[in-house]
Amino acid sequence: MPSRANRRTAGLLPLEKTPTGIPGFDEISEGGLPKGRTTIICGGAGCGKTMLGIEFLVRGAQEYNEPGVLMAFEETPEDIARNVASLGFDIEDLANKKKLFLDYISVEPHEIQESGDYDLEGLFIRLQSAVDAVGAKRVMFDTLEALFSGFSNPGILRAEFRRLFRWLKDRGLTTVITAERGEGTLTRHGLEEYVSDCVVLLDHRIKDQISARRLRIVKYRGTKHGADEYPFLIDERGMSILPLTSLQLQHTVSSERISSGVPDLDEMLEGKGYFRGSSILVTGTAGSGKTTLAASFVDAACRRGERCLYIDFEESRDQVARNMNSVGIDLDPWSKKGLLTHEAWRPTQFGIEMHLLRIHKLIEKVQPHCVVIDPITNLMNGSTDKEVYSMLMRLLDFLKVAGITAIFISLTSGGTELERTTVGISSLTDTWILLRDLELNGERNRCLYVLKSRGMAHSNQLREFVITGQGLRLLPVYIGPGGVLTGSSRVTQESAERAEAVQKQQEIERKQQDAARKRLTIQAQVTALQAELDAVEKEEKTLNREEKDREKQDREDLDRLAKSRGSR
Amino acid sequence: MKSSKKLIELRLYVAGQTPRSLAAITNLKKICAGDFEENYHIEVIDLLKNPALARDHQILAIPTLVRSLPVPICKIIGDLSDTERVVVGLDIRKAKGKKATVKAHAVTGAR
Repeated sequence: MPSRANRRTAGLLPLEKTPTGIPGFDEISEGGLPKGRTTIICGGAGCGKTMLGIEFLVRGAQEYNEPGVLMAFEETPEDIARNVASLGFDIEDLANKKKLFLDYISVEPHEIQESGDYDLEGLFIRLQSAVDAVGAKRVMFDTLEALFSGFSNPGILRAEFRRLFRWLKDRGLTTVITAERGEGTLTRHGLEEYVSDCVVLLDHRIKDQISARRLRIVKYRGTKHGADEYPFLIDERGMSILPLTSLQLQHTVSSERISSGVPDLDEMLEGKGYFRGSSILVTGTAGSGKTTLAASFVDAACRRGERCLYIDFEESRDQVARNMNSVGIDLDPWSKKGLLTHEAWRPTQFGIEMHLLRIHKLIEKVQPHCVVIDPITNLMNGSTDKEVYSMLMRLLDFLKVAGITAIFISLTSGGTELERTTVGISSLTDTWILLRDLELNGERNRCLYVLKSRGMAHSNQLREFVITGQGLRLLPVYIGPGGVLTGSSRVTQESAERAEAVQKQQEIERKQQDAARKRLTIQAQVTALQAELDAVEKEEKTLNREEKDREKQDREDLDRLAKSRGSR
Repeated sequence: MKSSKKLIELRLYVAGQTPRSLAAITNLKKICAGDFEENYHIEVIDLLKNPALARDHQILAIPTLVRSLPVPICKIIGDLSDTERVVVGLDIRKAKGKKATVKAHAVTGAR
């Protein structure tokens, strides 16, 4: 029957959801809590059940214009107001504005005696009047199970619970009830038997003396949802959940290039620098200049007017500023201008999820163009490689989706293989710059090379990396028969080459002089011979003249003789 | 009323004219009708007519009988069909020999 089939599909509207407004929660639950239904938040003592519930109410009232009712069984409104004031929630103000209604229900078993049959109509009357007072759309019970201590007849209670949940559903109230976790069951009194639309489990565990809060949606009827355990954080801005696995490899990429802050390094990267939005891994041993390289990048970014976030697990802001000053990088003006946010905390302060959650929150607050994490290796305290790997992968994805250029600094401990990051994240990053020390002739010199850089024809050269008073410079290294020469060895080699050149020059000059001298000698000889020739010629001429003179004399003598003979 | 007798102030909270509420009223009247030494004052409060009182007086269960005087306050919940518990709970002494009679006439609200 076609009409029947049509009616069926038309009637199947997707489950409506009520956003909680809690960062991350709406992402993992794909929209929030089931609208008009009841959700159980369960967990052990001190795991944040009440916080989650109250934040749901407060954000509903503040952000979604959905007033709420809080039925508190354990704490008085004054206590609750004080407790959540530290999260920045002003419950009393909301109550005054008629956006929130607080009803404290006191259950004192010692002053109650039972005689015969009863029901909990009083609770319904109170709830009804509270809902009417503010026009509530959201209701929270904290915690309903307190009733089990006040009333001895579980049969009546169970019947009343069933009636209560039906009552809430009939009125379309989105409800949250908190419940203590039981042994082997989600809640101690089995409340999940009545309400089974959505169950959220909170957990607070200690591992290596570091606390970690986790949240898991155990059940969400009629909708898909993230099924993993998600770390969450409660801080001065409320609760936030890291939606770790909700990211996919679908980010857009930029072909814009940005300078690394070191002109010589840009030269190695096609003369243009890194891609915007790429992730750069800088690995190196202790003291190889990783932080300086990152600071150069930050300096260049701030110079372009971009916001930077520097997350430091080793040094305080002032210390980094002072140290970078010594190499000609002045970060202070950027901090003052608000372009550079430098956050430092100890890696042992929390577990890895908390670190990453905190980084997430900072990134959302600062909205940076560039992020530096110095060093990621410190995040590994007390976590397994696998955890760190998956967490870093998620952080990387998050940064990539946001189009943030990120530098991850990784410390390679001495003795380990250089081209291996301890957490194996090198495959996730786009550019990998390796800094290493070369120990030769009693000195350590820094070397830099670009191990990989996706999407560009990067240099394959190993360059000497010099930290000068004016920043970083890369020098070509000397590659001779004995291998790569750096530092003083390179200087020695260079001066040897210079001496050799001078020597050659001198040799040439000497030969030139010799030739000149030889030429002069020959010229002198030529002059002497010429003189001799001239003398001979002169003599020859004299002889000729003398000959002519004698011939003439002879003729004259003959003439005179003839004359004398003839005249006599 | 003689001034030598202690005053007991009782409030019975009900929600409308439910059989259970009516049973509680009947049972309470029967208990009080016995020859007790104290001086009673009974007030029946219908929370449907005055819902705010449920909050002010911390009422959850219906019906609830509250002894507000003498202090300390004590609460008895239910249709008061268990007369013995009511008497003990309210800490009221009654004249000898009346107990059985009252109990025999107890009306139960449970159906």
